[in-house]
Amino acid sequence: MADITIPERIPITLVVNGERRALEVVPWTTLLDALRDRLELTGTKKGCDHGQCGACTVLIDGRRVNSCLTLAVMKDGAEITTIEGLAKDGTLHPLQQAFIDHDAFQCGYCTPGQICSAAGLLAEGRARNADEIRELMSGNLCRCGAYPNIVAAIEQAMSRS
Amino acid sequence: MNNFRYSRASDLADAIRLLAADPGAKLIAGGTNLIDLMKENVERPSRLIDISRLPLRDVEETADGGLRIGALVPNSDLAYHPLIEQRYPLLASAILAGASAQLRNMASVGGNLMQRTRCPYFYDTTTPCNKRSPGSGCSALDGLNRNHAILGTSNSCIATNPSDMSVALAALGALVHIARPSGQRTIALTDFHRLPEDKPHLDTNLGSGEIIIAIELPPHGFARNYSYLKIRDRLSYAFALVSVAAALDLEGNAIGEARLALGGVAHKPWRSLEAEAALRGQAATPDHFGRAADLLLQGATARSHNGFKIDLARRAVVRALMQAASATPQSQAHKKIA
Repeated sequence: MADITIPERIPITLVVNGERRALEVVPWTTLLDALRDRLELTGTKKGCDHGQCGACTVLIDGRRVNSCLTLAVMKDGAEITTIEGLAKDGTLHPLQQAFIDHDAFQCGYCTPGQICSAAGLLAEGRARNADEIRELMSGNLCRCGAYPNIVAAIEQAMSRS
Repeated sequence: MNNFRYSRASDLADAIRLLAADPGAKLIAGGTNLIDLMKENVERPSRLIDISRLPLRDVEETADGGLRIGALVPNSDLAYHPLIEQRYPLLASAILAGASAQLRNMASVGGNLMQRTRCPYFYDTTTPCNKRSPGSGCSALDGLNRNHAILGTSNSCIATNPSDMSVALAALGALVHIARPSGQRTIALTDFHRLPEDKPHLDTNLGSGEIIIAIELPPHGFARNYSYLKIRDRLSYAFALVSVAAALDLEGNAIGEARLALGGVAHKPWRSLEAEAALRGQAATPDHFGRAADLLLQGATARSHNGFKIDLARRAVVRALMQAASATPQSQAHKKIA
C-alpha cells in the first residue's frame, strides 16, 4: 500500500496589506498560491514557479522575496505586502506612477513583481546608480525587454524618495 | 510536491529530536533550493522541520578576533553586515555574486552550504543520475556536460557545487559548527563538502541527525588584497562556469600568505595548498600567478563539452590574483573586468 500522508490543515494568520486574514492551509501551499487562490489577490503573478523569474515577488516584513518558494505555513503571523497594497488612499505608489511615466512595461505580466522588487530595493538603500539598479533587479525578468524603461522608472522613484 | 507533514521546531533540541524521529524528514529554513527540488519531485521528504525561527541569527566576535555567524543569518544580511564588509569583503563579494536579491533575502547561511548541484540531469527525474538515484548511472558523463566539473570527478558523477559563498569561505579557512544528539562538533569548511567518488548521493559530511548551527571565520580576512571573480553565461543571476576567490598578503610586491579557491569546477570548493605555497615569498607577477594556476588546476580533465573551462579557469585565476594584488577587486555591480 502506498504511504499516503493525509493532508493536515493548519490554521495560520497573515497580515496582508494591513488586513488580518485567517485561513487554513495544507503544508505544501506556497505563499503565492495562498495569495492568489485563497485570498483572491491575483496581482501577484505566477511565472516560472521556481524562483527564476521574480514575477511572484512580494514583501514579507518589508523584505522582497519570491512567494513561489515560500511555504505559507512558515509565514504564520507575517506582514505581507503585495502589489494591491502599495497604493495609499487612492494615490499610486511613487513606483507605480514612475512605471506609468516611463512606460516601463509592455505586456505587464512581470510588472507587479518588478514594482514590489523595486520597493524592496528602495528600502534596502543599496543601489545608487543605474548599474547597481540593474544588478540588484536581476532577479526580475521581463520577456518583453522593457529593462531600460524599468531602470529609468526606478531611478525616478529613487530620486524622489 | 509530495504530501508531507510539517513541524515547527521550538528550539534546537526539539529540532534534533524531530530529525532523529523521522528518517525521511528534512530541515527547512529559507527553502529556496529545497522547495524548488520538491516541486521537481527530486526531494520527497516525509516531513519538513521548520527551523527558521530558531535563535541562530547572530553575528558575534569570537575571543580570538574572528566572527561566529549563526546558521540562520540570511545571505543578504551577512553580505551587508558592517563587520563582513569591513573585515571580510571577499565573503561579501562572493555572496553578492550569487542568486538574486530576493533569494539572498530568503536563503540562510546554513542552507547555502547545503544547496545541491544544478546539474540538469539531477533535476530531470526521467534520466539516470547517481546523485539522485544511486546506482542508476550518470547521464552527464557522455551527455551535455558543458557546465560540469573538471577537477575531482569520478566515473559516478561530474556535478559541481553551485555555491559562491562556499568558495570564499574555503579561501578564508572557515569552520562549520554542527549540533548533533550527542553534543557538538566542528569541521573545516574544506572538509564539509565531499568529492563524489562512488557515493555522489552524499554532497557533504554532515551526518543524518546533524544540524549546522554556525560558521566561524578566523581573524584574518584579507580585507586589502582580495577579489571574487565570477565568469558566467550572463552577467547576473547565473551560476558560475568558473569562479575564483583570491586573497593575498602583500609587503610591497612580495607575497606573504596567499589563498586561492575555485568554484564551478568541482563537487566542492577547490583549494590547493601546494598552489598557495608556491605563491608565498614570490613577487606578485602574472608569471607567478600563472604557475599557481597551473598547480591549482593540476589533474584537470575535460569531458566532451567542458574543455574550455580549463583554460578559462587558468586565465580567471591569473586575473583574480592581479585584481587582488592591485587592490582593485572585481565589482559585482559594474561588470567590466579590469
